[in-house]
Amino acid sequence: MADQKVISRQTGVEDSQYKWGFEFDIESDVAPKGLSEDIVRFISAKKKEPEWLLEWRLKAFQHWTNQGDEAAPKWAQVKFEEIDFQDIIYYAAPKSSDDAPKSLDEVDPELLEAFDKLGIPLEEQKKLSGVAVDAVLDSVSVATTYQDMLEKAGVIFCPISEAVQKYPELVQKYLGSVVPYSDNFYATLNSAVFSDGSFCYVPPGVRCPIELMTYFRINEADSGQFERTLIVADEGSYVSYLEGCTAPMRKSHQLHAAVVELVALKDAEIKYSTLQNWYPGDKNGEGGVFNFVTKRGAARGENSKISWTQVETGSAITWKYPSVILQGDNSVGEFYSVALVNNYQQADTGTKMIHVGKNTKSTIIAKGISAGKAENTYRGQVSILPGADNARNFTQCDSLLIGDECGAHTVPYIEVRNPTAQMGHEATTSKVNDDQLFYLQQRGIDLEESNYMIINGFCRGIFKELPFEFAMEASQLLRVSLEGTVG
Amino acid sequence: MSKIDKLIEVKDLRVSVEDTEILKGINLNIGEGEVHAIMGPNGSGKSTLANVIAGRPGYTVTGGDIVYKGESLLEVDPEIRARAGIFLAFQYPVELPGVRTWQFLKSAIDAVRKENGKDELSVREFDQLLEEKRKLVEMDPDLVKRSVNEGFSGGEKKRNEILQLALLDPSLALLDETDSGLDIDALRIVSHGVNIFKGPEKSVLIVTHYQRILDYITPDYVHVLVDGRIVRSGDSKLALELEEKGYEWVRGSIGEEVNS
Amino acid sequence: MQDTSTIGDKYEEDYELLSADLPDWTSDFRNEAMLAFKQIGLPIHRKGNEKWKYTNARPIAEPQYSLAKFEEIGLDTIKNVAPWNDSWVNVVFVNGLCQGIFTSDTASNIQVFNIASDELPPNIAKLVGGIVDYSDDGFAAWNSAFMSDGSVINVPDGDNSGTVINMIFFNQGLARTVNHPRVLVNSGKKSNINVIENYVGGGDNHTLTNSVSEIYVGESATVNHYRLMSETDHTYDVGYGRVKIDTDGKFNSRAFFRGCGIGRYDLNVLVDGENASCDLQGLYFTSGNQHMDNFINIDHSKPHCQSNLFYKGILDGNSRAVFGGTVLVRKEAQKTDSIQSDKNLILSPKAEVDSKPALFIYADDVKCAHGATAGNIDADTVFYMRSRGVDLETASRLIIYGFAGEVIDKVEIEELRSYLEKAFLTSLPNHRFEF
Repeated sequence: MADQKVISRQTGVEDSQYKWGFEFDIESDVAPKGLSEDIVRFISAKKKEPEWLLEWRLKAFQHWTNQGDEAAPKWAQVKFEEIDFQDIIYYAAPKSSDDAPKSLDEVDPELLEAFDKLGIPLEEQKKLSGVAVDAVLDSVSVATTYQDMLEKAGVIFCPISEAVQKYPELVQKYLGSVVPYSDNFYATLNSAVFSDGSFCYVPPGVRCPIELMTYFRINEADSGQFERTLIVADEGSYVSYLEGCTAPMRKSHQLHAAVVELVALKDAEIKYSTLQNWYPGDKNGEGGVFNFVTKRGAARGENSKISWTQVETGSAITWKYPSVILQGDNSVGEFYSVALVNNYQQADTGTKMIHVGKNTKSTIIAKGISAGKAENTYRGQVSILPGADNARNFTQCDSLLIGDECGAHTVPYIEVRNPTAQMGHEATTSKVNDDQLFYLQQRGIDLEESNYMIINGFCRGIFKELPFEFAMEASQLLRVSLEGTVG
Repeated sequence: MSKIDKLIEVKDLRVSVEDTEILKGINLNIGEGEVHAIMGPNGSGKSTLANVIAGRPGYTVTGGDIVYKGESLLEVDPEIRARAGIFLAFQYPVELPGVRTWQFLKSAIDAVRKENGKDELSVREFDQLLEEKRKLVEMDPDLVKRSVNEGFSGGEKKRNEILQLALLDPSLALLDETDSGLDIDALRIVSHGVNIFKGPEKSVLIVTHYQRILDYITPDYVHVLVDGRIVRSGDSKLALELEEKGYEWVRGSIGEEVNS
Repeated sequence: MQDTSTIGDKYEEDYELLSADLPDWTSDFRNEAMLAFKQIGLPIHRKGNEKWKYTNARPIAEPQYSLAKFEEIGLDTIKNVAPWNDSWVNVVFVNGLCQGIFTSDTASNIQVFNIASDELPPNIAKLVGGIVDYSDDGFAAWNSAFMSDGSVINVPDGDNSGTVINMIFFNQGLARTVNHPRVLVNSGKKSNINVIENYVGGGDNHTLTNSVSEIYVGESATVNHYRLMSETDHTYDVGYGRVKIDTDGKFNSRAFFRGCGIGRYDLNVLVDGENASCDLQGLYFTSGNQHMDNFINIDHSKPHCQSNLFYKGILDGNSRAVFGGTVLVRKEAQKTDSIQSDKNLILSPKAEVDSKPALFIYADDVKCAHGATAGNIDADTVFYMRSRGVDLETASRLIIYGFAGEVIDKVEIEELRSYLEKAFLTSLPNHRFEF
């Protein structure tokens, strides 16, 4: 086996394939179970929020209540028992957050140690080089590194709750401008109860000097995580943002309903990468995170660009469609995805590319791998609106099946309303090629490793879109997730 | 060290593919240091023989045995055969999209070394070895950085096979129609690679339709395979005779006493 | 807003009247279907309804239709609007009701019956509705409840005469009438048959043709099926086709849609025997305010089968074309080889195409692929032609003709092919691609 050097988050604490499954022993500040107007007010008060934000939350809550549970989307190719929304904790924060730390020195050392264990050291001397990290535990951001360097460049990168206090005009201007509170069932829920997440603003002409990263962690049992991320790249700016997620192993399901909004103004570019490794549940499909996430970017200005790259290996159920609204003329949208499901995992994931402006261009490359008894669906929409002259889209979806008990599905929605458009969609589904396996085996490489090499090759085009350390880690995640799928 | 006179013994081997019998009782012994050539018309089963020795799935052995270094191979996984020193140069080398050639070669060589109780090569050691062997087969250095065989020309793919032969340094090389589709320069380079590989502890089985490659690699023995049986064996002169008289000549002689 | 559940009630009276005239063996079958129709109604609610995602059935469902009445039509009129050959077995329907069978072929062993009649042999009668599942399809339930006239074609084992059965459903366009044609084809072992279903006519009034076809492709049999639709901008046409292919059987479908106010073709092919195959090809040309929805599904349940799906559309005016299709490969269907493709050429800035070609795969040892394209043609193609001296108009015309011709050229029945060439190619608009 090739020796791969990885900046590893392997902790080896549990004797299990899921190596991120330990829980932190941290006292937390927890709201009672259930959702009501009082809970919404409680969260808002905890955050000392201004009136306009509380009102926005309450509107969302009202909308969510009025439409009822039937409004939960049913079209996805996923099956699960109905969620009891009154049996979820909507706010859980580590105790120390009440008097929020002013600097890393004030952060609970146990917490620092906990993130250290995950491979995300937050202390100054240990921190990841070249990556500014915002660590979010359950609902609350606990620490952000590299603040000085970012400040010098004029880049704002902080917990969104802090941004609400410090930069209210920016938050008020952009919050909900891409994903309105009424957008969909889970986004509405998030708008009512979101607790924290990251905020980033890159001023005009600034190229963010380092990668920004948010590391999400669900720790509290029975808690939902509802973070909200907002990234604004002002004219001519550039930012690359990474997101990683893990959760401890739990017998029961945990709900994660996040919203991510990206805004790219004229000539700006946002590159957003995700390694999603929430706890997928055990071999029998017990436990695991329900990952119901709304991610959308508005390529608002001329020549703007938004690029989503995701590697999805975790979660019991994944329901997410990172999308781009190509509003500005000549704007570009990209979606690169690897989704791997094993055991009883279900993923229904893909993208939406909505072409509004002229000469807009989108590219979709999606790779799906299904093993065990898992179900994997690519669902993607490409819409070319009447005004989008000379729009271009290219979509390629490839699926691999490992074993005959899993499913791989491809569901594109192509909507074209302009005769100058050119859009093409191609998809294939097959198993790992026997000739390829034999070729590798004939050179002495064992079956499992051969299988891994072929699948890693299948995903390579996506991995190369990730920043280098993330690409190595993605490869490693793939290896771990594939363990025991052949032979 | 004394020469092993039976590196591999094929004993009355019968092989079927989807209920059709392809090999109908093959007997063949290859000793250490020997070069054997199997010739035969299309569909005679010669490629099947090479692939079955390497353990390719899809073939059913219905009778007989293949004994390598004194042990039966029939139940042995292909990668274990490879690590034990059996190398198949493929007639149609497989493309591996996204799998870097460099990574693939390193994985293969480390797997073989590990089996033989040796340490994995360091990156520097491997690069040196690779560079040396690459020059031997005159392969474009850029190809090593690309995905295995993807977008390679026919000649480049065959050279890549010989590069792997040189790197993995097996005991037995099975060359499955390695000469097919090669121009004269590529054939010269490929043959040169095989001739360097040859030696007192190395054995070669060349499977070919044409005598051409045997001008470059002189065999000690030539066997003619027709319709799943070896119908004639002899020395290198047999190949020339075959070239002159065509396969019809041996086809007509089926049933004659076969000297093996 | 109209409540789905009341749609069926509107037709209760017609149902009672019709029932009095129909043979007893149909009554249980039809009563059940009527109950289902009343329960399900029609698919006017689209939220979360992936089957009707891009087609609004409300305009079809809203009018109160009366049952269309028969009126005899001169054969010359028919021959003017439909391909015809005296040696074919020509079955003529007017407003959904049978006028007669016309043929010079007296040697054929193929049996043709009217469906809701007493002469239908019981072993064939029991096939009626066998592969129609109307439990979630109000249109199919409605047709089943009102099943009166229609063709049953029984091809004996071994009959490989390649006989052409030409069914013409001529619609006079009587205002606010509905007709429910019904077709059943039972092809015996090793038989070979050509079946044409041709829906023509219509006028300036709204009419609804709501057809159901069932085709059983026997062991080692070949059925070549042609479905033609050429009606007016005021007609609604909902077609429901179900096909079941037995071991080694082949089903080849060629569908041509050239006009209809709102059209829907729901074809589902069950590839149900080893080594069976189907090849489904279609061409649709929409203009004006037309709307055409092809919903083409292939269901693989046995190993070693092939399917090919190839649909093409040309859109002009304010028209809209929808393609929905699913290739389902069940767990047992190993070694399936399936290709699915939908290509669209949009000629007008007001036209819209919505395409949803889906794959649902549960078997691992398969080769499945699909593709879809929409929009303009490749600038390089036009440039290449122009660089050889061809002007833009001519280049554009050649490209559009070529696009349509790819499907028409594969029609093997000569009269039919030349009819289609005329009908399609002459109606294609003069267009100039702009870059």
